Amino acid sequence: MSVQASPAAAGLDFGAVAKELVLTALIGLALTVPLVSYQTIDDVGGLQLYGRWGSTFFIVAALVLGRLGIILLRTPGYEAWVANAGTIAAIIGLLDLFQETIARLFGMIAWPALAPTYTLSFLLGVGGAILAIRAVLQMSRRNSATTKAERDARAEALGEQLRKLMRVFAAAAILFALTLPFLPFSNRYVMDVGTLIVTYVMLGWGLNIIVGYAGLLDLGYVAFYAVGAYSYALAAQYLGISFWIALPFAGLLAASCGLLLGFPVLRLRGDYFAIVTLGFGEIIRIVLINWYDVTNGPDGISGIPRPDFFGLASMTRNGSDGLPPFHEYFGLEFSSDHRIIFLYYLIVAMAALVAIFTIRIRRLPIGRAWEALREDDIACASLGINRTSIKLAAFGISAAWGGFAGAFFATRQGFISPESFTFIESAIILAIVVMGGMGSLLGIAFAAVLLIGLPEVFRDLAEYRMVAFGAGLVMIMIWRPRGLLSHREPSVLLSDHAPPARRAVAAGEAAE
Amino acid sequence: MAYLLQQLINGLTLGSIYGLIAIGYTMVYGIIGMINFAHGEIYMIGAFVAVIAFTAFANFPLVVAILLVLLCSMLITAAYGWTVERVAYRPLRGSFRLAPLISAIGMSIFLQNYVQLLQGARNKPVPPMIQGGFTVWDDAGFTVQLSYLQIMIVVTTLVLMAGFTQFINTTSLGRQQRACEQDKTMAALLGVNVDRTVSMTFVMGAALAAVAGVMVTLYYGVVDFFLGFLAGLKAFTAAVLGGIGSLPGAMLGGLLIGLIEALWAGYFSSEWKDVAVFSILVLVLIFRPQGLLGRPEVEKV
Repeated sequence: MSVQASPAAAGLDFGAVAKELVLTALIGLALTVPLVSYQTIDDVGGLQLYGRWGSTFFIVAALVLGRLGIILLRTPGYEAWVANAGTIAAIIGLLDLFQETIARLFGMIAWPALAPTYTLSFLLGVGGAILAIRAVLQMSRRNSATTKAERDARAEALGEQLRKLMRVFAAAAILFALTLPFLPFSNRYVMDVGTLIVTYVMLGWGLNIIVGYAGLLDLGYVAFYAVGAYSYALAAQYLGISFWIALPFAGLLAASCGLLLGFPVLRLRGDYFAIVTLGFGEIIRIVLINWYDVTNGPDGISGIPRPDFFGLASMTRNGSDGLPPFHEYFGLEFSSDHRIIFLYYLIVAMAALVAIFTIRIRRLPIGRAWEALREDDIACASLGINRTSIKLAAFGISAAWGGFAGAFFATRQGFISPESFTFIESAIILAIVVMGGMGSLLGIAFAAVLLIGLPEVFRDLAEYRMVAFGAGLVMIMIWRPRGLLSHREPSVLLSDHAPPARRAVAAGEAAE
Repeated sequence: MAYLLQQLINGLTLGSIYGLIAIGYTMVYGIIGMINFAHGEIYMIGAFVAVIAFTAFANFPLVVAILLVLLCSMLITAAYGWTVERVAYRPLRGSFRLAPLISAIGMSIFLQNYVQLLQGARNKPVPPMIQGGFTVWDDAGFTVQLSYLQIMIVVTTLVLMAGFTQFINTTSLGRQQRACEQDKTMAALLGVNVDRTVSMTFVMGAALAAVAGVMVTLYYGVVDFFLGFLAGLKAFTAAVLGGIGSLPGAMLGGLLIGLIEALWAGYFSSEWKDVAVFSILVLVLIFRPQGLLGRPEVEKV
């Protein structure tokens, strides 16, 4: 795929292009006509339809133009056109999507939308950006005289550099996480978002053990999160047990739930396993909703007590349970921020525990067995590894971390209901793990910041958030199925010669 | 006894709908070996198109309206099925094992929220169109009702199933599908257009799901954007119960799941019927992973 300077042979066949465009338009019409063109509105005499033909026209037009862009990309000589048009479309679309944020940042008043509908700006922004990036990539590839092998080698070297830099990144990230409450821009909102992100980082790292290391797709992780949350909430409500005593039990209970479920289903193959865990997640949710006498059903449990300061001081203003208030104990001025900062550090400490645990266990025989299991299930069995017990261990440990995170969630929110433990939560946690590159702790933390933090920042997207989330998941899978920072090398090698092992992994991947 | 009969009738109706959706799962699994997680959402889109079309064709004579709605819904839902495969699954063919499943989850979330965004989160009601029915049995004040609608649903399903089995067994496309199911590389070498065949599988699965969507719209009279999730899970359970990859198995599994659900709701409690269905999924996978009519799968190195 070196330089191909034969534009004469690669002219556009207008007949074929027109045919393809008409086909795109027809499919676009089929996709948009009922759902986009007609809005159903409840009225006195039943449903009424309202036409939205404008949007339909624009969306179909955008689809046809996008298709035209892809066709032009295939024929050399038109990349520059596509790149320019794509960039313009992306700028228009993104300006519209984020008009409020941008206006706020620069202190301007929001301008009227450039594109006639919101959906169209969405399509323009995302589609234009993708086309422009592809066009530019293709151009740079054609202009440079390197071969594919050379490019691959260069990419590999770059990856090597990045991996070395990873330690620096990790150190910077830890430092940032530790100093966040004292940074000048931090306020209550930042702390809340920070706590939320770290909770998801912890969940991601917990799920990573089963998805990233053992290679089993768990679609019901939220069930363990729910078990942890409810076991603390119920223990506090019925038995008056404090957070610190309940915390280990929340983890233990979640782990036993994991073992109980894992025992029968771990013999299943990958995607069956995924669906069964999904079913299990739903069962837990249905039980929470219907076991009204204990869990208070859909109304949830409120008034869950906050954790005290390790049994020394209470985090309330006037103290409780015979404990002095935190600010008096340490001789500080009272501030409601203390509790928020305390909760933040609590979850950071719990997440750090998961990280240290994960890094250590990866080097133990069991951790190595997980990685081997992920790479080749059958080879493991023939080497005498007891697959079921190894998987069960991964499942139980992963569930325990979910349970701990759940107990924290309950004590932070003060209120839990089955609403918080729907399938979508499982999907979000899974998306974090997958996007971060299964197995890479730093990648997962990065993905959590991206997936949980960005929607909080870009509130302009509003109801488009989940649509963008779903589309993003698909696009990441197509673009990088192994995740943004995938970690596929074995944690422990026989010798220090890493490159051959990496090559072997790459070969295995190609053979898959 | 009369109560049992009534629950059996309800269960059969429900089961027919599950069976129609389950065929989509089973065919896709048979041909590319992935669980099309977005199939429940495809069915939901079929139901939404039906609601819109029923409202649009409200002034037509009933039979014409239903036929038109079926046609529209099948065409449009098939277009969705085709697009989903083209956009989210085809680029991932040959990628690592879990990638298509995760992509399918993304697609499912996308479609659900896309419909919610376009049509709103509220239930969409449709006026009851087919009313009346027979009284099959009158047992000391408890009458067993068999409505025309239930007859229509079961008959439509049976006709479609028979036609579909015939289609797979006799036509050239059906032969190509069976060839791809056995060995895609070999089929491609022998001149079968594998991409096209896979696309057509999605199109047909989506069209059958659309029929289920139209039926459910008529049967329950309300549709919401979240309808596809549970129905999809149950239909998948049905496909697994019958033996995934087997067409008669999907239908049998659908009927069984419908019956179990109706009987459980009738005799125990309707809140726990979903738990019963999922427990069956787990039990089947543990004790008979190949399903009732499926072939056992051989692990190959």
